[in-house]
Amino acid sequence: MNLRRDVFQAIADPTRRAILLLLTASQSMTAGIIASNFNTARPTVSKHLQILTECKLLEQEQKGREIYYHLNPQKIKEIADFIEPFRKLWDDRFNKLESIMKNYNPDNYQKNT
Amino acid sequence: MERKTKVHAEDGKQEILITREFDIPLELLFKAYTEPEIVEQWMGTKVLKLENKKHGGWQFETTDPQGNVVFRANGTIHEFVPNEKITRTFEMENTSFPVQLEFLEFKKITDDSDSHRSKLSMQIIFRSVAYRDQLLQMPFALGINMAHNRLQNLVNKLK
Repeated sequence: MNLRRDVFQAIADPTRRAILLLLTASQSMTAGIIASNFNTARPTVSKHLQILTECKLLEQEQKGREIYYHLNPQKIKEIADFIEPFRKLWDDRFNKLESIMKNYNPDNYQKNT
Repeated sequence: MERKTKVHAEDGKQEILITREFDIPLELLFKAYTEPEIVEQWMGTKVLKLENKKHGGWQFETTDPQGNVVFRANGTIHEFVPNEKITRTFEMENTSFPVQLEFLEFKKITDDSDSHRSKLSMQIIFRSVAYRDQLLQMPFALGINMAHNRLQNLVNKLK
């Protein structure tokens, strides 16, 4: 398989993010139960589960005849952190912008707009 | 903790969306983008040029404590509508990074209880998905976040 299977691809899709969210709320679910939460066709949900499993965001667990899916918390933590420095950079800038403008006094600046 | 600044980078897309809500009126938010002295304060960069008009140009520069230029960027302003939008290009000088297109939209948040709030949406469009991903990773590379060694390892692992 030459398709890039990384966590970025995994979280790019809204359905996959919804699956992750769903599994955040519950401990573990079978593919059938997960699919029943979506209007999407069952094979589509299966495909999403496959992608999430391939990039290790989900782990499978065999219980009797059923396969249960649950989150791999470590991997989840990693993606949550990945964009964070970029987000933080902008958040810091915007926090500064906000506090500067809260104390804005037009007399201190040239009026040019 | 509520995250005020949101970054959305959908995989396979050549864009990044950044949104942020501010506890300041729309006019002040827009002013923070147009007054060079204010831009300098919150962007932490020197403003060499900022022509707030269609076909205007801008140029920012950052120097280290020794006075060496560590970053310089420039662009052209394509649309300038006060308190509404700025469309501009963004180019980092002395890098092979292709020019980016930025759409900035400024909006008043209208919930009757409090009209002193505003919202910024910034859509950045890149030449390719790969360049988009590279820019997202740049804060690692530039060491902006100092406590990221562990994350850096992750990035390397994902490559």
